Amino acid sequence: MSKYAYYPGCSIKGSAKQYEESLFAICKPLGIELQELPDWNCCGATMYVSVDEKISFALSARNLAMAEETGMDLVAPCSACYVVLKKTQDYIQKYPEIRANVDKALTAAEMVYRGTVRVRHPLEVLIHDVGIEKIRETAKQPLKSFKIACYYGCQIVRPYQEFDHPCYPETMDDMFRTLGAETVDWAFKTRCCGGSLTGTIEEVGLRLNYILIKEAQRKGANCIVTICPLCQFNLEAYQHKILKKYRDFSEMPILYFTQIIGLGFGIAPEKLGIKRSIISPKKIIEQLAAQPEPEQVQIPISS
Amino acid sequence: MHIQREVKYQSDLSPDFAEWITSVPGGEHIKECIQCGTCSGICPMSIYMDVTPRRLMAMTNAGFKKEVLSSFTIWLCASCYSCSVNCPKEIKLTDVMYALKRRAIEEGIQPHPKFAIPILARAFFDTVKKYGRISESMLVVKLALKSGITMLLGMAPLGLKLMRTGRMAYGQDKIKNRKQIKKMFNALEAKA
Repeated sequence: MSKYAYYPGCSIKGSAKQYEESLFAICKPLGIELQELPDWNCCGATMYVSVDEKISFALSARNLAMAEETGMDLVAPCSACYVVLKKTQDYIQKYPEIRANVDKALTAAEMVYRGTVRVRHPLEVLIHDVGIEKIRETAKQPLKSFKIACYYGCQIVRPYQEFDHPCYPETMDDMFRTLGAETVDWAFKTRCCGGSLTGTIEEVGLRLNYILIKEAQRKGANCIVTICPLCQFNLEAYQHKILKKYRDFSEMPILYFTQIIGLGFGIAPEKLGIKRSIISPKKIIEQLAAQPEPEQVQIPISS
Repeated sequence: MHIQREVKYQSDLSPDFAEWITSVPGGEHIKECIQCGTCSGICPMSIYMDVTPRRLMAMTNAGFKKEVLSSFTIWLCASCYSCSVNCPKEIKLTDVMYALKRRAIEEGIQPHPKFAIPILARAFFDTVKKYGRISESMLVVKLALKSGITMLLGMAPLGLKLMRTGRMAYGQDKIKNRKQIKKMFNALEAKA
């Protein structure tokens, strides 16, 4: 059993509940235990640093300090949280002035951060710590009916290019192919979904997401798979509005990578939060069940 | 007939502003900008911007303070870091944009008083300061109250869908140790 400290972030407790459900569901068979940081605070996303730099890094350091106490690596499933935590670590090291401010704030809160925490994204934990081999061994159900457009979004691969290419990443594609799904080759793997802009200037956000869905469909995908709560929300929750406006594509389910892996592991859809989808992937999943098991296809050779 | 000068004299510019930007994290290399346009080409938002990122870099370097800080561009940056990882001169444009946003707030400059993005940033900031966490639904309500209530009506069908799928968080999420956050704010807000 490998243990990690877990930083959920605000979205996962709200609109991205199915991400957490499926993440925990797949951790079990892989022997991973996630321990939620008690009393974590908001990472600040892209908003905090737009208003006050000093306090934004200090607040983020509070989470890091709590994680450091556990002695474990810190897993952050939301891309915004992931990048903010990583950036805080990077800037504390690079800029003595930021370090001084962070220390000042932490001291006032009777906390210390020495700078030893490793911040991880679940995708990277699966690739590096668990490994493709183990995922292949755990898989029970080949995902033959899935034609996936892997959508990495921006912040998990940029600016900290820890485990994949910043513009054309491939780790998620590899993993789904291992699980028997087809993945489509498309150019928009890391093209921005607009983030919070979809909520503030909807016109622009709708178009950004329209471009993504349209292109995924043109390339033959039957679903888009994301790793970030904000990408998932923008692509799914606004999809009916996008359809009304642009019309030249059809409804497309938007799932989390953890949900897909869970299906591959043979975990029941109810345990993966599939029911929380606004755009149901039911059809693709039903086709999955309709497929004969590989053993049954083999023609017995009579002796 | 009123004839107005379109071109700025050098004396109209702010050399201090151009100097300041090199001191912010990520802005160290901004003076080395070769105006290649990689940033504008790769930016998914540039077609909506009033000033493209390349142009904004040149204007910042030249000290066009007022024009830069009142541009929509700095707020339209969605922070996707495409420009930052592709800039041949390693200018961290995303961080420069953040610094410009902060400066604009500090100087009280906004492209438009009802422009939602800075309002959301402020609402977000205040919520975390008070509670330590945000709740998406409460944030939307706050934004609507300040940027126009009609927006809330437009969001209603979406809210219903989230409720139906159990993805709506009700009420305001809070951390337990809010005193700790308060102490941190006090420590940083106190004059050294």
